[in-house]
Amino acid sequence: MKRKIRSVRTWGPGLLLVSPSILLIGFFVYGLIGWSANISTTNQNSRFERTAGTAADAHIGLANYTNLFSSPDFIQSLKHLGILAVFYIVGALFFGMLWALLLEKGVRAEGLFRAVYLFPMAVSMFASGVVWNWLLNSDTGAGASGLNQLFEMVGLGFLKNHWWVSSPTWGIAAIAIPAVWQLSGYIMALFLAGFRGIPADLREAARIDGASEFQLYRHVLFPQLSPIALSALIILGHMSLKMFDIIMAISGEKNVYTSVPMVTMWTLTGQQDFARAAAVAIILLVFVGFLVVPYLVHNARQEKNT
Amino acid sequence: MTRVRTKVAVVLAATALVAVSACSSSDTNKPSGTGAAVKNVEVFTWWAAGGEKAGLDGMISVFKKDCSQYTFVNAAVAGGGGDKAKTLLANNLKAGNAPDSFQAHAGGELSDYIANGQVEDITAVFKAAGLDTAFPKDLLDQITVAGKVYSVPADIHRANMVWVNPLVLKKAKLDPAKAPATVKDWIADLAKLKAAGVATPLALSKGFAEEMLLESTLLGDLGVDKFNGLYDGKTKWDGADVTAAINDYKTLVSYSNTDRETMDWDAAMSKYLLPTDPKTATGGYQLMGDWVPAQILSLKMPESSYMYWPAPGTDGVYQWLSDSFTLPKGAKNPEGDKCWLKVVGSAEGQKAFNLVKGSIPARSDATSEGYPKYQQWAMEQWKAAKLAPSLAHGSAGPGAWNNDVQTALSAFSANSDVPTLQKSLVAAAGKYANWRSTVG
Repeated sequence: MKRKIRSVRTWGPGLLLVSPSILLIGFFVYGLIGWSANISTTNQNSRFERTAGTAADAHIGLANYTNLFSSPDFIQSLKHLGILAVFYIVGALFFGMLWALLLEKGVRAEGLFRAVYLFPMAVSMFASGVVWNWLLNSDTGAGASGLNQLFEMVGLGFLKNHWWVSSPTWGIAAIAIPAVWQLSGYIMALFLAGFRGIPADLREAARIDGASEFQLYRHVLFPQLSPIALSALIILGHMSLKMFDIIMAISGEKNVYTSVPMVTMWTLTGQQDFARAAAVAIILLVFVGFLVVPYLVHNARQEKNT
Repeated sequence: MTRVRTKVAVVLAATALVAVSACSSSDTNKPSGTGAAVKNVEVFTWWAAGGEKAGLDGMISVFKKDCSQYTFVNAAVAGGGGDKAKTLLANNLKAGNAPDSFQAHAGGELSDYIANGQVEDITAVFKAAGLDTAFPKDLLDQITVAGKVYSVPADIHRANMVWVNPLVLKKAKLDPAKAPATVKDWIADLAKLKAAGVATPLALSKGFAEEMLLESTLLGDLGVDKFNGLYDGKTKWDGADVTAAINDYKTLVSYSNTDRETMDWDAAMSKYLLPTDPKTATGGYQLMGDWVPAQILSLKMPESSYMYWPAPGTDGVYQWLSDSFTLPKGAKNPEGDKCWLKVVGSAEGQKAFNLVKGSIPARSDATSEGYPKYQQWAMEQWKAAKLAPSLAHGSAGPGAWNNDVQTALSAFSANSDVPTLQKSLVAAAGKYANWRSTVG
C-alpha cells in the first residue's frame, strides 16, 4: 500500500506536466491524422471522381488509393519525388559536410562564414523560390538571364542548360539546387557541432599513433559522426517529401516537369476532390513513416542499451 | 516538501484544464455580436491589386449608396488567376464557413459549386431586378443550368485576342493592322517573321496561356458551332479536324519561346512582346485575353506601342469569360447579399466596375461613352458577335477539366507528341463532357 502511494507521487506530477502536450498532440496530430485517413476512405470527391451510385459520405474502402496508383500522372509524381529526394539529400549532406570540414579546423572569420552559410535557412522558402525562378530561367539563347547569363559572362557558357525544363523526368533535379542552397547551412551546423563534440584527446592519440590527416578523418572522426549523419539524413528525407513552397514558387502546379504529391494534393483540394487529396496526404505520411519510425525504434533501443 | 509538491500539482492540473477548455470554445474566427453580423456583407474575391481592385472599389461605392443599411466587408485574397483564392474558398465552403458572396467564373466552373450544393438558385433575384432581359440571350443560355441561374455576371472579358508589336512586324514588311484570315495564314506570317530574323515570333507562357492558344486554334479551324460542340459532347475530340487543329497548334508552338514553361503571361509580355524599349522586342505576337490593355497601361507604355485583332479565323466570335457573383448556401446575411447582387447586375454598378477594370459590362444595354478606346471597340463587338465559351477561364467546363487539359499541354510542351495530346484530350472530354447533366 505504501509503495503504491509513493510511486504515484513519483510519476504523478510528471504526468500532469506533460498531459497538456499529450492532449494537444493527441487531438491535433493523431486525431486529425485519423480524421484525414477516414476522409480518404469516403466518396467526398467532385462528381466526376465519385464512385457511381454511392453517396458522398459513404465509405468506399481503398478505392481512392487504387485510383491514384493506377494514374500515370501520380506514378510520375512519385518518380519525381524519389529523384528530388536523392539529389537533395546527397547535395545537402555533401555541401554541409564540406562547409563543416572547412570550418572545423578553426579559421579567422569563422563566425562570419558560419553566419553566411546558415543565413539562407532564415529566408522564407517561397521568397527564395521566387528569386530562384529568375535564376533558373531556362532561356539559353541571346536573351538568357539568371544563372545561364552568369555562366556566359564568366566564360562557362558550356554549362548553360534548360534547368528544370530540360527533361520531364529528370528536370526536377534542378529544383534540388535552391533546396540544397537553403538547407546545407543547417547540415553544416549539425556536423560542426559533431566535430566540436569529439574529444581532442582522440585526435591527439591518433596523431601520436602516426595517422595521416586522411586516416584521422576516415577512421576516427567520421565514425563518431555517424549518429549525426543519420539524424541529418532523416531530417532531409522528411523535408524532401514535404517540399511544396519552392516548387510552387518556381514552376507552379499542373506542370508535368515538376509534379510531386504535395502539389497534387493542393490541386485536388482546389478541385474539391477532398477524399483523393486526403489519400495523397496519407500516402505521404506512410512514406515519411518508413523513414522516421525505424529511426525512432533504433534510437529507443540504443537508449535502452546504454 | 510535500506541500510544495501538492501546490505544483494543483497548478499544473488547473493549467491543463484551461488549455483543454480554451481549445474547444473557439468555433468561429469572426468575433461579432448578432447585431453587427447581420449588417455585414462579406464578399470574397481575388481582386486584391491593380485595375481589378480599382474596379471592385468602384462597385463598392455604388453599394454604399444603394445598400447603405449594410456594411461591406472585403475578404479579397491576392493572386491573379484566383488559384489560391479558389482553394481557400473550397476549404471554407467545406467547413461551413461560407462568405455572403463569392466571385466565380460563370459557366462550367460554377457547376462545381452548384453540384456540391454550395450556391443558391437566384433565378428569382434575377427576375426581380429585371436582369433576365438585361443580358444577351446567348450569355443567359450559356450560364443557365437546368433552367436555373446561379450567379450574376459582373463583367465580360474576351479570350480570343492577338496582341501585336507593330515595330517588329514592320521588319518583315507585314501590315500590323491587318489580321490574318485563317490560322494557316497566320502560320505563314510567323514564318515570314522568323525569316526576317525575329527570334521568337510568338510569345507564349505557361499553363492557361497554352490552353488559350489551343482553344483559339480549335475555334479558328473548326468554326464556332463545332467548337461549342466540343464542350457539350456534340463534337468528338478524336475527329480528323481536331487532329489538324492540334497540328496547327504544334506549328504555332514551334514559333514560340523555349522558356515558355517558366513564366506567366505578363513576364512573357515584358520579355518578348513589349519590353521597355519596344524596338528591341524579339517577339511579334502574343495571344492573350483583353486584360492586356490594363497591364500595358500599368507599365506606363503608350497605347501606340501595340495593336490588336481577334485571333485568326475567329473574327465575329466573342470567346467570353465572365466574373460573376453568387449567393452561397449558409450565407449569414442573404438579404444583404441580394442587395449586393442587384448592385452587381445594375447598369450603374457595372459601369463603375468595368470602366477601371479593363473589361466590358455584361449587360446588353450598356453605352460605351467614357470608356477607353479598346473597350469601346469591344462593346461594339459584343453586341453583334456569336458567343463561344473558354475552358481556360471556366466558362466552357468544370475546373477539373481545365486542370487536366493544362497538365496534358505541359506534357505536350515537352514532347510535341500530337497523338498523345489528342488521346489525353479525348480522355478528359469523355470524363467531363456531361458536366451540364451531372449538376444537381
